Amino acid sequence: MSELLKVPTMAEFMAEGKQPEVLFWVGCAGSFDDRAKKITKAFVKLLNKAKVEFAVLGTEESCTGDPAKRAGNEFLFQMQAVTNIEVLNAYEVKKIVTACPHCFNTIKNEYPELGGNYEVMHHTQFLKSLLDDGRLTIEGGQFKGKRITFHDPCYLGRANNVYEAPRDLIRKLEAELVEMKNCKRTGLCCGAGGAQMFKDAEKGDKEVNVERTEQALEIQPEIIAAGCPFCNTMMTDGVKTKEKESDVAVMDIAELIANAQDL
Amino acid sequence: MEYLPNILFIILLGIGIGFFAKNVKKLIRNIKLGHDVDVSDNKSQRWKNMAMIALGQSKMVRRPIAGFLHIIVYLGFIIINIEVLEIIIDGIFGTHRIALSILPEAVYGFIISTFEVLAILVFVAVTIFWMRRNIIKLARFWKSEMTGWPKNDGNFILYFEMVLMMLFLVMNATDVHFQTLNTGNVISQYIAPWFGNLPEGTVHIIERTAWWLHITGIFIFLNYLYFSKHLHILLAFPNTFYGKLTPKGQFNNLEAVTKEVKMMMDPNIDPFAAPAEGTENAIPAKFGASDVQDLNWVQLLNAYTCTECGRCTSECPANQTGKKLSPRKIMMDTRDRLEEVGKNMDANKGVFKEDGKQLLDNYITREELWACTSCNACVEACPVSIDPLSIIMDMRRYLVMEQSAAPVELNNMMTNIENNGAPWPYNQMDRLNWKNE
Ligand code: SF4
Ligand code: SF4
Repeated sequence: MSELLKVPTMAEFMAEGKQPEVLFWVGCAGSFDDRAKKITKAFVKLLNKAKVEFAVLGTEESCTGDPAKRAGNEFLFQMQAVTNIEVLNAYEVKKIVTACPHCFNTIKNEYPELGGNYEVMHHTQFLKSLLDDGRLTIEGGQFKGKRITFHDPCYLGRANNVYEAPRDLIRKLEAELVEMKNCKRTGLCCGAGGAQMFKDAEKGDKEVNVERTEQALEIQPEIIAAGCPFCNTMMTDGVKTKEKESDVAVMDIAELIANAQDL
Repeated sequence: MEYLPNILFIILLGIGIGFFAKNVKKLIRNIKLGHDVDVSDNKSQRWKNMAMIALGQSKMVRRPIAGFLHIIVYLGFIIINIEVLEIIIDGIFGTHRIALSILPEAVYGFIISTFEVLAILVFVAVTIFWMRRNIIKLARFWKSEMTGWPKNDGNFILYFEMVLMMLFLVMNATDVHFQTLNTGNVISQYIAPWFGNLPEGTVHIIERTAWWLHITGIFIFLNYLYFSKHLHILLAFPNTFYGKLTPKGQFNNLEAVTKEVKMMMDPNIDPFAAPAEGTENAIPAKFGASDVQDLNWVQLLNAYTCTECGRCTSECPANQTGKKLSPRKIMMDTRDRLEEVGKNMDANKGVFKEDGKQLLDNYITREELWACTSCNACVEACPVSIDPLSIIMDMRRYLVMEQSAAPVELNNMMTNIENNGAPWPYNQMDRLNWKNE
């Protein structure tokens, strides 16, 4: 790594009597999963580059409870939620950004009824706002003219109607954005949502991620862009199943932008 | 004897409407078996949704061919039925084409010719619908849940509409008096010659027969609705009105759980204290749903509204990859079970007698429930704002919170969350390790 990442915690900000502009909610995948950690770091590099004063909760962060809720365990979900909300409210957090659509959805939509009210943004929305405000720039770079397709995460797209921010970012890379036959409103799930990530799929003809990867490969992209650590894993596995890993890369939008910047 | 037809007609009208009213009462009773849920918020948005989705068919046209044909049938159905008004008045008072004595001939002619054009368009549209089901065999009409009654139901209604439209045109074509006016018979004038060689008396009999069959058919159709997926022509309106307004990803909050969680986490509350006055009902008998009575009334209304079109199932990723889950089947099962519960109550003086069955396992299997990725594709696809996912979620809640019957891996995941604050077995203290890796 070229330079050390600056990743201050909320506790550090608090000790200095300051408030960060935004809290970066890393999420379980982003904290522990080897692949997702790369996305986390890419996003942090961009935040550092744009000189965003952000903070993470670090060891004070805990699972949002999303997989518990989707699995049907409302008790466990609410225990997690109430604990997290206590921490967030104690730090007087106003604005949260996260690279995980599941955290995004849960904190944005399901925490308010339990007393947690924040402005929540997906990292693609936040990056877009940085670009719009001129705090971050993308200069052409290595993705110019590359065929990139975007896989809509269900919990970002259908669940919250965010379809354009990630696409705008891909266009900013001067890449050729190609759409799969199922996209946006009708985008096909990667197969990981609803706690499926943590269990074997029910018996069927095929795994969902393979079906989705086939849809992506049909339009011959060089890169499959993702906006969710779980989608990323599922699509990467799909590409491996199809033995296409040497032709097609699966990358998060934050990684695309960080790479374009040679960060 | 002179008044016999009028009396017969009034009896027919009474029976037709009476039976319908009786079934509507049953329908409302069954829907009310569900829990109450507050849907009194956001009236203006709700009216808007109803106007756009039910009245304006905005989601139907997302599949352009089916959408276009459906709009023809839908408009035809509503507009042609204005004619029923005249038929009923004629029937009761023994008049003939009463509107002709009120409206100028040209206006009447214009109205009836509109009906005639629509009638032929509906006939064509319905024929194409029939071919899609039976000749082209669109995949979504040939899934495992679409056998027996659901399959026949879909076809019956198409035959019904074909016959009703034909009767309407024949009725006009054999109405010599109407034909001689030569206004309004834009389509029926081409059918009239078929009857040209018949004696006048016979033509009159055919006209009367078509008239009686037409109106009787409409009454039968009305009463058939209760047993059919075609109930949607009525229920689509309330159903889109009460449809979900919050973001699709927002799953409902279980208040009862919130109370318990707050209690568990508040050190100032003595968990052994006797509950305060009036709170003993606060904790529901059951978390989640194992039978239709555990669902809320909007979910039950959803079940009665389902048109069995299968748009949800054809978008479902689990279904597309060969898993047993079909959101359409979830809705059909819910309705079937609700009907069963209703019949049980009818047979037992209005009270439900335990029958050893329930929605879970007897209708919907666990395998189906666990195959859902909660992606909301079904909810997005449904043209009448049905939310199959909410039923799946409520049933999962029952499995997990009442029966502790989640798949082993999910139990592991939940134990991890409970112990380490992450679905994987990592230590919460290692959360920031990535920073220095
Ligand atoms: S939410 Fe569940 S039932 Fe509905 S389409 Fe997605 S996987 Fe299928
Ligand atoms: S739930 Fe909606 S989409 Fe699915 S079959 Fe019923 S009406 Fe069609």
